[in-house]
Amino acid sequence: MREAPGTACNGQVTAPPDDCLARNDWICGAYVSTRDEILTDAVVQHLQLTGVSVALALLLALPLAVLARRWRWAAGPVLGITTVLYTIPALAMFSLLLPVYGLSASLVVAGLVLYSLTLLVRNVLAGLRAVPEETRQAARGLGYGPVRLLLAVELPLALPAVMAGLRIATVSAVSLVTIGAIVGHGGLGNLIYAGMNTYFKAQVLTASALCVIIAVVADLLLLGVQRLLTPWTRGQAA
Amino acid sequence: MTTLTDAWSWLTTAAHWSGENGVWHRLFEHLLLTVVCLALSCLVALPVALVLGHLGKGGALAVNLANAGRAVPTFAVLVLLLLSPLGPYGEWPTIIALVLFAVPPLLTNAYVGMRGVDADVVRAARGMGMTGAQTLARVELPLALPMVLTGVRIAAVQLVATATVAALAGGGGLGRIITAGFNLASTPQVVAGALLVAALALLVEGVFEGVQRLAPAGARGSGA
Repeated sequence: MREAPGTACNGQVTAPPDDCLARNDWICGAYVSTRDEILTDAVVQHLQLTGVSVALALLLALPLAVLARRWRWAAGPVLGITTVLYTIPALAMFSLLLPVYGLSASLVVAGLVLYSLTLLVRNVLAGLRAVPEETRQAARGLGYGPVRLLLAVELPLALPAVMAGLRIATVSAVSLVTIGAIVGHGGLGNLIYAGMNTYFKAQVLTASALCVIIAVVADLLLLGVQRLLTPWTRGQAA
Repeated sequence: MTTLTDAWSWLTTAAHWSGENGVWHRLFEHLLLTVVCLALSCLVALPVALVLGHLGKGGALAVNLANAGRAVPTFAVLVLLLLSPLGPYGEWPTIIALVLFAVPPLLTNAYVGMRGVDADVVRAARGMGMTGAQTLARVELPLALPMVLTGVRIAAVQLVATATVAALAGGGGLGRIITAGFNLASTPQVVAGALLVAALALLVEGVFEGVQRLAPAGARGSGA
């Protein structure tokens, strides 16, 4: 993109600032400073794709898990189907959705929702099942109806398991978004894909590192939210 | 629905199955890559996990490795290895990336399985005069086998998936049919390739589940 600056001899001993771009170094501060807009856009797209997918998956997983809890016969099929979905490799999943969504961001979101669904349904169901029968009977004895029992007793007690599932689903989604590069909606994956085709090392390494950073930060944030929402588990964790 | 029938007619065209880019060759590449990498990963991960599990050390490592494996995008590692000095060495970048992603589930599950063995059983083995190695091989390993096999199954499915992504970074395997389909803007070929990959992944999962159903029975027969 830029001329190698070594040709313009101005007597300076120190290396020109954009030298690492010309040398195609792995680590390049000039890459980050000259392309901060591209990087910001990619990070924002990455966060949007991840956030929307995990949020939609959670919205779908909660009623599915509650249904599977209420009617035992529904648990088998719900868990079976989500497991099958989880087994399908991401690239194939996105490709199978191509006829439905075309080359769009919705395709990536739909694929990620299907993946996150497995992790979330399993964890929500495990959390709901772990609520002691005595606790539910006590709530019923206090006059709680089924809806209030679910919202005020069962879901709060299932929260640690739900949050654990949410953390795994989010971290996985951050990493899977990169595969969306195949349809041009991969957030940082787009930069990795483009960097691969042009042998642009700094771009690939920077985008990859940002992916990992997003995953770790998201995980820690959710852990913080979990601590805030479930103060009663703090003693056990320590 | 027309896309599905188009994909079906793509799959039933004999010409698409033969030759260098044909389904048979790609399937062979995919299976070879999966089997070689599964064997390599087991060789690397299982001895470490079994010894660590026997000694009861390194639990944090085993758990954190699995979490780290989830946070690092497969695609990024593939491309990083491809651009690294290893890049020009044919399939090696792909093989290394695949092994890297298959090791964490193997390590974690084998370790957890070893730690899950009843401490009383291990003490009884020691009381009978078994050495550490004998306890590991004759008591702990058979009892931990279901978990070890779970790890192998997860690793195998993971390998099939990662080998598919490898096609994005120029590797062989069934993923190439999908990426070629994208390059040709041929949705039927993309869907046909995806169906093949999905079928292979489900088949591998199914085979391992079948094996696993048999294995715990054997372990129980000698253990309980």
